[in-house]
Amino acid sequence: MAIVHDIDTGGSTPALEAKRVSVSYGSKRAVSDVSLVVPRHRVVALIGPSGCGKSTFLRCFNRMNDLIPSATVEGEVLFHGQDLYRPEIDPVEVRRRIGMVFQKPNPFPKSIFDNVAFGPRINGFDGDLPPRVEESLRQAALWDEVSDRLDDSAYELSGGQQQRLCIARALAVRPEIVLMDEPASSLDPIATQKIEELIFELKERYTIVIVTHNMQQAARISDYTAFLYMGELIEYGPTEVIFTRPAEERTEAYVTGRFG
Amino acid sequence: MGEAVIGGALFMCAALSTLVTVGIVVVLVGETLVFFRDVPVVEFLTGTEWTPLFAEKNFGVLPLLSGSLLVAIGASVISLPIGLLTAVCLSEFASERVRGVLKPALEILAGIPTVVYGYFALTFITPLIQVLVPSTGTFNALSASIVVGIMIVPTVASLSEDAIRAVPLSLRAGALSLGATRMEVSTRVVLPAALSGIIASFILGISRAIGETMAVTIAAGALPQITANPFEAVQTMTAYIVQVSLGDTPTGTVEYRTIFAVGFALFVITLMMNLASQLFLDRYRERYQ
Repeated sequence: MAIVHDIDTGGSTPALEAKRVSVSYGSKRAVSDVSLVVPRHRVVALIGPSGCGKSTFLRCFNRMNDLIPSATVEGEVLFHGQDLYRPEIDPVEVRRRIGMVFQKPNPFPKSIFDNVAFGPRINGFDGDLPPRVEESLRQAALWDEVSDRLDDSAYELSGGQQQRLCIARALAVRPEIVLMDEPASSLDPIATQKIEELIFELKERYTIVIVTHNMQQAARISDYTAFLYMGELIEYGPTEVIFTRPAEERTEAYVTGRFG
Repeated sequence: MGEAVIGGALFMCAALSTLVTVGIVVVLVGETLVFFRDVPVVEFLTGTEWTPLFAEKNFGVLPLLSGSLLVAIGASVISLPIGLLTAVCLSEFASERVRGVLKPALEILAGIPTVVYGYFALTFITPLIQVLVPSTGTFNALSASIVVGIMIVPTVASLSEDAIRAVPLSLRAGALSLGATRMEVSTRVVLPAALSGIIASFILGISRAIGETMAVTIAAGALPQITANPFEAVQTMTAYIVQVSLGDTPTGTVEYRTIFAVGFALFVITLMMNLASQLFLDRYRERYQ
């Protein structure tokens, strides 16, 4: 059974709540019975060794596991008190409200402007696009670097810039929650630092759930940390507690670098 | 020692195909040059009458070109949309089971001998057209267009599918994560990203339609004329070459050499198209490395 420390949701409903979530690929169980609360406007880090199910678990929050035919999800994921897996829920609508940034930057082979404008366009945004694009790029701390070349191909940007573009693209849809799946794992240290600073600023407006294999990163940017191991939640609590006074032996072994 | 023999043998095999190609081009160009000693190039390229086998000879290639284009355009109208939609269906929407049926069906389509298509056009499609439009001749461009179109659907579909599959899954995931439906993912992200490969498949399909011989010889007729009316008979460049090659046109005469000139013109057209298609293919292959 997982050890869960005090999670302060400030008295309001949490942004997201997983209740006994399990995910299987065919007969192989990847995530087992995980329950976890994500408070609003906080950064929650999911850590654990490779293959522990943290990315799979993250993808439950915006129903990206639907795209894998063999995947089955059990349990409930509550968003505004509603289970995202109820049959009448449209996964497309879920993904509009819960955005995602992937491990490797995946800009579309379009201009910088069109990348950011993509989400608003398909979602029937009828306001003025350029201000929305500018605002999103500013929030992603990319505006100053690209403001004079919005028509250039996104492929001309560096890897770190591309990843911030993908963040801007996700923000342009105005999601409530942003899921990040190891967003800095393919970037160099300077680009990584920029992304981390950005995440820190973003939690003013958004709730962020981030998967990372980098423990220093989790310690630096997150408010809460969940340690997963072999598909199970081992320990969840305030980041400071998880990293300095974990209650579980395996958590301590992992955060101090003795395995993983 | 053994290595050298094997290496040499392999080189000979590889060289053979190159030499044959060079040989064909040399003969084609040589005979074409001889032809143009008797017939001015300008007359050949701009003349609107093609009657080399008649007493009063005219050597304007435009009627044949027009016949080829009419059939190729008709075939494209049929095959390009169907081929592309098949490719999208196969790569983006079909379940494994549907794919398991559709893919082999396409391959069978590609394996049917073209002469069978020709008779299919003459004995099945033409009567069908005549029910709808009674004035249609036994030989007409439309039925040829239809079978040539069916014939090149597999080419267009399989090359387009390759291009569509080459679009990384991460782009699809990115679009879906922004709240795109599967249709929006296909039309707004995948197809634009695969565009150069799709265009390459189109060009290659059209090039095949222009070069197609058997079905058009059987179904389209042997009447060289400039017309846009698909219900009339036409003669394509390829069908003309067949006509002369099979007939009793004496070798060494100017009418005999017409087939080299026509063949060379055909060669130039399809070569250009294949080169253009290669150019587009290279573009999309470079993109996602």
